[in-house]
Amino acid sequence: MHKEKRKHAIPMPKQKVEERIHNFNEVALGYSMEQAVAEAERCIQCPKPQCIQGCPVEVNIPAFIKKIREKKFDEAIRIIKEKNSLPAICGRVCPQEEQCQKFCVLGKKGEPMAIGRLERFVADCELQKEVTVPPRPKLSMSGKVAVVGSGPAGLTAAADLAKLGHEVVVFEALHVPGGVLVYGIPEFRLPKKIVQAEVNYIKKLEVDIITNHMIGRLYTIDELFERGFDAVFIGTGAGLPGFIGIPGENLGGIYSANEFLIRVNLMRAYMFPEYDTPIRVGKKVAVIGGGNVAMDSARCSLRLGAEEVWIVYRRSRKEMPARLEEIENAEEEGIKFRFLAVPVRFLGDEHDWVTGMECVKMQLGEPDESGRRRPVPIEGSEFIMEVDTVVVAIGQTPNPIIQRTTKGLKTTRWGTIIVNEKTGKTSKKGVYAGGDVVSGAATVISAMGAGKRAARSIHRYLLRKKRMQQRKEYCQ
Amino acid sequence: MYKVLKKAELAPEIKLLEVNAPEVAKKAKPGQFVIIRIDEKGERFPLTLAEWEPKKGTITLIFLEVGVSTRKLGALGTGDEILDVVGPLGNPSDIKHYGSVAVVCGGVGTAAAYPIAKALKEAGNQVVSIIGARTEELLILEDEMKGLSDELYISTDDGSKGYKGFVSDVLRMLIEKGYRFDIVYAIGPPLMMRATANVTKPHSIKTIVSLNPIMVDGMGMCGACRVTVSGETRFACLDGPEFDGHLVDFDELIKRLRVYLSEEKQAAELYEKSRGIKRA
Repeated sequence: MHKEKRKHAIPMPKQKVEERIHNFNEVALGYSMEQAVAEAERCIQCPKPQCIQGCPVEVNIPAFIKKIREKKFDEAIRIIKEKNSLPAICGRVCPQEEQCQKFCVLGKKGEPMAIGRLERFVADCELQKEVTVPPRPKLSMSGKVAVVGSGPAGLTAAADLAKLGHEVVVFEALHVPGGVLVYGIPEFRLPKKIVQAEVNYIKKLEVDIITNHMIGRLYTIDELFERGFDAVFIGTGAGLPGFIGIPGENLGGIYSANEFLIRVNLMRAYMFPEYDTPIRVGKKVAVIGGGNVAMDSARCSLRLGAEEVWIVYRRSRKEMPARLEEIENAEEEGIKFRFLAVPVRFLGDEHDWVTGMECVKMQLGEPDESGRRRPVPIEGSEFIMEVDTVVVAIGQTPNPIIQRTTKGLKTTRWGTIIVNEKTGKTSKKGVYAGGDVVSGAATVISAMGAGKRAARSIHRYLLRKKRMQQRKEYCQ
Repeated sequence: MYKVLKKAELAPEIKLLEVNAPEVAKKAKPGQFVIIRIDEKGERFPLTLAEWEPKKGTITLIFLEVGVSTRKLGALGTGDEILDVVGPLGNPSDIKHYGSVAVVCGGVGTAAAYPIAKALKEAGNQVVSIIGARTEELLILEDEMKGLSDELYISTDDGSKGYKGFVSDVLRMLIEKGYRFDIVYAIGPPLMMRATANVTKPHSIKTIVSLNPIMVDGMGMCGACRVTVSGETRFACLDGPEFDGHLVDFDELIKRLRVYLSEEKQAAELYEKSRGIKRA
């Protein structure tokens, strides 16, 4: 029995499939205290832990697991929060299998430690009571930093800069902070209460978060400097949805995944008409794409009452970029998969509502620059799928407004901002960037890692700048 | 929170609110809009800025009560608050000296056209305005438009005031009479903008329209407001809202505006029921 326990992680309790497909409540229910402690006991406390290298924000994983084992949960969360200001979120949405857990030595002979589940457990424990805030250091030379965007990158940069003693103002264009955490990831994967609680923690660090301010339209980056900011961090993400660019794509019933998820998650259209934002989902939904956004859209469609939901993906299952756990959840819930197919045009009825899509079958050819085998259409293999709702989830690029309105900010041809990887420094003095606006759509935790690195170099920049200012004043 | 400082009824179901929003007021330019959300359960929807006063820190919204959100907004009074106002959004109008300009507007679109007409006049243009409505009592901003225009024409569908017919008919008449316009601005319901663009096209008069598709975020995040211009998909909130009227696929815009008709009706009925309002 004991040996068996060492090989396998304690499974995550989940809502039953037949219940959860009818609600938006969280699917994964979290460990109980007993389960958390039992899982923590599996950790062999390596003298040279491998797991930490897989964590983009360098949480001291064995140390916090040891505290769980000792049932010192307060101390466990404090260890995590030294590095990570959003642990309840990371514990839920990080692809741990590709990060910390990938390096866990237990994974060589069995299942790796369930690090994410343990992180979530201690974070949730803390959220149930009064959250402790570290004292703010007194800096003799603190600066004022504008953080543009309140997604994972911006929140992390803001928290770290505040903890270092700087004055931080976060500008958010939407009416609530959180970025993709509130508009993108559905309630059943990440409850909005949790996001709000973590944002509140960051506010307690004396970070000022201002909503309804779209930088680039209301103020340009240059105007932020004119308004007295010493440095700017751009963490505006990759929010511009991509469309396929095929005939019929503007028919009724065809959504970008962003629109679909914004309506559902941010505007709570699933509670229409109690909430005012409508959404229309038919009986047969096709979601185009194979990433997490596609899985989220498909699972939302099901919960909105669709009878049949298809994921249509141009490569095979093996190449799907979505998290394995989410693919499995989707499968359990009855989402169907149509691999190696691509829509080539949409068909509509007399009201211009989508009724079907013509697809072409694909085969996998040579690997492309991403290392994945490139899908090639099979001539003459066209077929028609009857659908009445389509969600296009083929990826996003950065919103271009800031890039268009900021002189001297170098970008790639995809519109991502060019930075020094280690420092987050852009081509423009005093301006830093990180997260999806630099990398293109990636993960929450990699955005947090970028926010952390940028905060570190902004801190150095500010100290240097302030020192020079002092010297100047002294000489005068 | 954004406080309502003044309220007026311009015509039946057309209301004016002056709202405290100092930062927006300081930055607004003709042609731009705001997205508002009235309360916690509200939807986000766009309204073009009709006026703004940087010194007072106010913006003016003029809207027709058509659905649940505009009715909720119309029910607000002085001292009430709007939960969210974000803006200015969209690209400003390209205001410069063109020469002779026709500003053609219909219904509540006159409110959106007003600041543009004003700026065009201030830029030294000869401004001929054509304003229209279904019937006389629905005409708005007549005096304001008159004050800034070199010539003002009025049309009503039922002929209760001015010319009987559509604003596009008046424009056609003027062109046939020999008026030469260097540019035409057409702002109003899509049918009216399409009709106006059809009038100017054979004469190759550059025609700018301000599109009003469904919007959610209004910042380029979702593509709900996508329109086809010159065969290409564009986002009205990001690339517009103004486009070359001769290149816009109006049929598609009109169809896309009808997507949520039944839900809109359902929500509006529910709202009225909750307030005990009965409507014919």
